[in-house]
Amino acid sequence: MAIVTCSDKACTINPLKMSQPIGGAFAFLGLRGAMPLLHGSQGCTSFGLTLFVRHFKEAVPMQTTAMSEVSTVLGGYENVEQAVLNIYKRVKPEIIGINSTGVTETKGDDVEAFIRLIRQNHPHLEKFPLVYVSTPDFKEAFQDGWEKTVARLVEVLVDPVDPAAPRDCSRVNVLPGCHLTPGDLGELRTILEDFGLRPSILPDISGSLDGHIPDEFTPTTIGGIGVDEIATMGQAVWTIAIGAQMRRAAEAMQAKTGTPFRLFERLCGLVPSDEFMTFLSEISGKPVPAKYRRQRGQLADAMLDAHFHIGGRKLAIGAEPDLLFDISSMLHEMGAEVTAAVTTTASPVLERVKAQEVVIGDLEDLEELAKARDCNLLICHSHGRQAAARLDIPFYRAGFPMFDRLGAAHQISVSYRGTRELIFDLANLIIADREDNHQPIPATCRSPAPVCVSFRRS
Amino acid sequence: MTSLSATIQNVFNEPNCAKNANKSEAARKKGCTKQLQPGGAAGGCAFDGAKIALQPFTDVAHLVHGPIACEGNSWDNRGSASSGSDLWRRSFTTDMHEIDVVFGGEKRLYKAIKEIIAKYDPPAIFVYQTCVPAMIGDDINAVCKIASAKFGKPVIPVNSPGFVGSKNLGSKLAGEALLEYVIGTQEPDCTTPYDINLIGEFNLSGELWQIKPLLDEIGIRILSCISGDGKYREVACSHRARAAMMVCSKAMINVASKMRERYGIPFFEGSFYGIQDASDALRKIARMLIERGASPQLMERTEAAVAREEAKAWAAIARFKPRFAGKKVLLITGGVKSWSVVAALQEAGLEIVGTSVKKSTSEDKERIQKLMGHDAHMIEDLTPREMYKMLKEAKADIMLSGGKSQFVALKAATPWLDINQERCHAYMGYVGIVNLMEEIDKALYNPIWDQLRRPAPWDDAEINWQAKALAQVDVSAAGGEPTLLGAERAPPAKRTRSSKTVELSLIEDRIPAHGSSVFGAMALDTHTSAAGKQASENNLPAQPMSALQAAE
Ligand code: SF4
Repeated sequence: MAIVTCSDKACTINPLKMSQPIGGAFAFLGLRGAMPLLHGSQGCTSFGLTLFVRHFKEAVPMQTTAMSEVSTVLGGYENVEQAVLNIYKRVKPEIIGINSTGVTETKGDDVEAFIRLIRQNHPHLEKFPLVYVSTPDFKEAFQDGWEKTVARLVEVLVDPVDPAAPRDCSRVNVLPGCHLTPGDLGELRTILEDFGLRPSILPDISGSLDGHIPDEFTPTTIGGIGVDEIATMGQAVWTIAIGAQMRRAAEAMQAKTGTPFRLFERLCGLVPSDEFMTFLSEISGKPVPAKYRRQRGQLADAMLDAHFHIGGRKLAIGAEPDLLFDISSMLHEMGAEVTAAVTTTASPVLERVKAQEVVIGDLEDLEELAKARDCNLLICHSHGRQAAARLDIPFYRAGFPMFDRLGAAHQISVSYRGTRELIFDLANLIIADREDNHQPIPATCRSPAPVCVSFRRS
Repeated sequence: MTSLSATIQNVFNEPNCAKNANKSEAARKKGCTKQLQPGGAAGGCAFDGAKIALQPFTDVAHLVHGPIACEGNSWDNRGSASSGSDLWRRSFTTDMHEIDVVFGGEKRLYKAIKEIIAKYDPPAIFVYQTCVPAMIGDDINAVCKIASAKFGKPVIPVNSPGFVGSKNLGSKLAGEALLEYVIGTQEPDCTTPYDINLIGEFNLSGELWQIKPLLDEIGIRILSCISGDGKYREVACSHRARAAMMVCSKAMINVASKMRERYGIPFFEGSFYGIQDASDALRKIARMLIERGASPQLMERTEAAVAREEAKAWAAIARFKPRFAGKKVLLITGGVKSWSVVAALQEAGLEIVGTSVKKSTSEDKERIQKLMGHDAHMIEDLTPREMYKMLKEAKADIMLSGGKSQFVALKAATPWLDINQERCHAYMGYVGIVNLMEEIDKALYNPIWDQLRRPAPWDDAEINWQAKALAQVDVSAAGGEPTLLGAERAPPAKRTRSSKTVELSLIEDRIPAHGSSVFGAMALDTHTSAAGKQASENNLPAQPMSALQAAE
């Protein structure tokens, strides 16, 4: 049971955290034909946009209400109205998703009221999907923005269903946390389909940000889940929520449609994957396909091969709560010791992280802890690379943003196959580090034995 | 806030800005920030611009006062290079919380400054004001003043809340902060008649170092570069330079012109991009220094270096000529860079089918006109859709632009090269322009383009074996007889991935039940070679198919 502490510095040094509104915009990016709109000054959007582009290496649609100094003081109705009208006319989206920012929250703009007024003044927008979520920058973090936005999407876009009406037994809803990559969602979709289930994934960034070449240029998202499909999600037999952050959205779905949900706090690791497969087998009435039985064996073998390298490692990890919980738990189960753990925002899973303490703080906290406690493996998003270089320990990139390596969208960590890949990547990193930096020399051979014995070229 | 708006007015009143000088009195008052269009705007805020302008000062701490949005989403995203301290790479922010928004963030800011000094003891701290603290009225000037006095260290307020305007304005506001608090506050250990300032050069990808050795050789000292690879002390001493060059952009022209006013340092606007421009710039620097007391021999040394470097560069470029013959370039870049790159591209034999002039002054446009003659395709504004169309229709063989439009080109399977801030190759000076040609060559002749432009086999009527094969599966799954002619009757659109995956999963589900007999059917999906086609057509027995149907 970890003790959760909060860093009490006045100055955040090397932030781990990113802001809520772009977490919200990220969720909107998983919808088809969507245009995320940040209600704020243009810089906030521009920074968010750059961040997504650097991570996904894709054109990313995102707009701003372009609040100026004056409109910020006077209130932003006209800017929201104009932005919606402009976007509607120019890019013909299927949905506009609006997130507030620190600027407009400080003023206290009532955007829900703005939307009602816009619909009144422009009858052709009466039925047009406009979803607003309040996400001030000065509270919480990226993950919270995603969480709130998905929950709101459920509340606004899912049609209520008659509880007596029969459900479609093959349909399931998937509500993924923002720590899952497009690759993870693709893997999940395949698994579900292999059980004969038809998933509706909300939001589905695997359709929109998985790296594809469209036939035509479109200024909105391409792929992702459509508004029409979201509307019918109430007909599904089950909702599968992944990551503790998705509880809120799953509950909203249940409240509105009566669809029961099962929350999987993590999907990386042997035991969580077993639980997941068992559940799918139960709800689909089908045995676990041979492919996954085989994959389970492969994962077990990978664990055997890698435990020599990962076992005993002192892990320093900086990530948003669900990702932190997911990866650190898996590595704990591989024999690593979660020695330094830093995260961005409060969450019920933090107490269950297998570490003595979890700090809500920044990368400086992580670096100092890692140094003081002699960590020899660092896992973090790309911003962690400076700390890893200074600490001179192997560094594995996980999470968002990952701007200095390719393929962020296709990294997978869910289920047997994803866990196996992650384990191999990490073990190889450790092996390479040993080859490069820890070759035995006479002096080191006389000091206490190193943690792992070298099995090179055996 | 009133002092901020006075500063902004002051910045707009820039007689040395060509764009400004051509405006009427009233238009000038409005400043150069266009009213941004909600729902149609892109680009950074004033804070962004201020940070871009100052962050290349490498040994100071850059502290961003605001909620996490401004710094947390943006730090670590620019490639200025440093020859010394790496403090600039660390990110400092007050990360204001709700409680600070309600009660004011000044205390937190003061404490943050204190913490930074205790931990890092930098020669100075730059404090950036952002929107939220500006709205709630945090007085960063006052906090900086108190902190400065208390800790005996320069703590410099940079008043640049994002909502006051564009990136460009932000850079100017950063310049104002330098003028007010930094420049002229220290004295250099020694001065020479060969001291210059470079203003508006940020040493992206280490570009400054492509030109510095040449200056060293000629005997010109960069007293201060504002701000590439800059140090606090250098900029504080920069008022002792004899001449200054405003590099490539007008973003910090207020610094150049006020330094001329205050300290009598003459300046000119020049560029190191392109051979001609680099030579011009070097000559101008030499001339200015000589006018202000340097030895006339400086010009001889300069001419010698210029002649040598030019000859080398032209020779290097000449070898690209045959490879570039008939190749067309679309050049989308901000302002000044357009004309300075145009000349070099032309010299290498490339044809320029269009160049953006969105940010150019009328002077810039004239130059482009002159360079490109009658066929000057100056583009005011190109929407991504139009850009995509141009490229898709192969109106250009390569596009040079900034990172924002890269995917428009790449998705149209067109070579693209980054010539803006985020690029990772340095294109400055004589060496740089040859680098640029090399990169263009690599991009144009990369063998991937031919492969990418090939249609997928199933899009081509000639080789649609896969469509045939998949259609056959569809027919049989729908209950029809699996015949070899089924392909002709089946709807061609049903070749989608989903039908394929369902089939595969069904097959796998059946494995335990039916043993390996289904593998014959799996061959249908997995064989991709011509031999595979043969095999699947021959081996397509009715039995596994009916087994599949039974599974339905
Ligand atoms: S517009 Fe304001 S709040 Fe947004 S990033 Fe720029 S300074 Fe920060």
